Amino acid sequence: MNSATREAYGAALKELGRTNPDVVALDADLAGSTKSAMFGNAYPERFFDMGIAEADMIGTAAGLATCGKVPFASSFSVFVTGRAFEQIRNSVCNAYLNVKVVGSHAGPSCGEDGSSHQAVEDIAIMRSLPHMTVVVPADDVEAYAATLALAEHDGPAYLRVARLASPTIHDADNFEFTLGKGEVLREGGDVTVVACGMMVPRALEAADKLAEEGIAAQVVNMSTIKPIDADLLVACAQKTGKVITIEEGSIVGGLGTAVAEVLCERCPVPVRRIGLPDVFGTSGPGAALLDHFRLNAAHIIEVAHELCS
Amino acid sequence: MQDDLMGFAQQMRIHIVRMLAAAGSGHPGGSLSATDIIASLYFKHMRIDPQNPRWEDRDRFVLCKGHAAPALYAALALRGYFPEDDLITIRKIGSHLQGHPCMSSTPGVDMSTGSLGQGLSVANGMALAGRIDKRDYYVYCIMGDGELQEGQVWEAAMSAAHYGLDHVIAFVDHNGLQIDGTNDQVMSVKPIGEKFAAFGWHVLSIDGHDFDQIDDAIAQAKACTGKPTVIVCETVKGKGVSFMENEVDWHGVAPTPEQAEAAVAEMCAN
Repeated sequence: MNSATREAYGAALKELGRTNPDVVALDADLAGSTKSAMFGNAYPERFFDMGIAEADMIGTAAGLATCGKVPFASSFSVFVTGRAFEQIRNSVCNAYLNVKVVGSHAGPSCGEDGSSHQAVEDIAIMRSLPHMTVVVPADDVEAYAATLALAEHDGPAYLRVARLASPTIHDADNFEFTLGKGEVLREGGDVTVVACGMMVPRALEAADKLAEEGIAAQVVNMSTIKPIDADLLVACAQKTGKVITIEEGSIVGGLGTAVAEVLCERCPVPVRRIGLPDVFGTSGPGAALLDHFRLNAAHIIEVAHELCS
Repeated sequence: MQDDLMGFAQQMRIHIVRMLAAAGSGHPGGSLSATDIIASLYFKHMRIDPQNPRWEDRDRFVLCKGHAAPALYAALALRGYFPEDDLITIRKIGSHLQGHPCMSSTPGVDMSTGSLGQGLSVANGMALAGRIDKRDYYVYCIMGDGELQEGQVWEAAMSAAHYGLDHVIAFVDHNGLQIDGTNDQVMSVKPIGEKFAAFGWHVLSIDGHDFDQIDDAIAQAKACTGKPTVIVCETVKGKGVSFMENEVDWHGVAPTPEQAEAAVAEMCAN
């Protein structure tokens, strides 16, 4: 089945409204799109639409956090991480406040709105901030669980969710999310594919096709990009000797960079990064854009061939 | 009481010039212009308990113009949040007194600030939390005039009025000067009161060095319901130190130890 991670975020936020009276939500006039409206409709006294003013939204969230609230501040990823970057830096991270920044419509899967609305740099800039946790869930099941987990985590966090529906890969009844832990979805000894977000089902698709050729790929869902599960990365690199990363964003500073940072220091092996090659997105249907930018199984397979040859 | 406040303000000013001389850097002009407002808040108006800095029902204070940290630190020390001897460590490695306010290191600091224009949003968030929790605390926020050039201030002005945050009481320390010159030379911010009024605020204008006027304005602010209040305070940059008063060059330059002691001698003589 297909579902968007933003839908699961909204549902989880509403559930948090029921279970945790300290949770509050803010949005910047995109509550219907980010799905924070699901919380707002159920708990209007704890929901604040701040208008199209992301900097003020983050500062207000910081003020709420100083009083023990657990604010989730949502908007499109470009705007909440970019327009309000310095507010996140100084009023949230430097103050070590318990604010959850939620960026939806991230990456080219955002679609027709085009490059102005498709965050490609958000993982890099959020990852660069001391005290910040960065989570990119692979599917709706993980997005739901991660939202609940972040409410329990005391500290700043960035959650990246998508507009486009994508395949569910987890069994909701048997899934447990652990912040900071990568998840080995497929065991294989020839090459490791580390993915996040909706690239994870594509990595699994690539592994299936590679298996038919006799190439065994280890597939890792690295949903927590910071703090990254370095020990798992090293174990995978030691096991397979080659690593491919894939993310729906720029290869500059994102998941691939985070993986390379760990491996070049602790277990140098060949690493290839798949993502947007230092370019912005463009307009088009979200699903088609993923193929346009070669954020797909075919690209993973091609790189695996190169590494395994 | 007003004599007591004048005494506290003078002690704060003495601490400020000595702290900055010891640090060899910092912002005397804007610390001294905000001193009387901060003295009035910390020694008279704010509901606080220095023994319990995180008391949930306390009034909050956001020093939006975080470079006036020496004035805040001096008030906190004199109120007993930490020893007065700590003040001289400001800006030194390992000191809990950072160059700009840091809530995680200094007892009594309610919000970390320093990047201009961000504090009013935070004050609004504190007031919204109080509304949710049905607490009656007030949130005081002191802004500089130069920082009104930051767009976020006006986003926050809009949202405070939109949400009717009548427990937000903001002050503008209107000393007319900023780093590169006068406000009017750099980027005119006038008319300040009219701007806030247009955004839906209750606006008061006072002499920011007159304790009676500060008292009266806070009383009027508390009596006003349904909208936030801004108190535009006419102040003198460098107030209390004759060679610093209205001198833009004293925005971000510390006095030498000799200049500091000359300032202290002057203040003690008055």
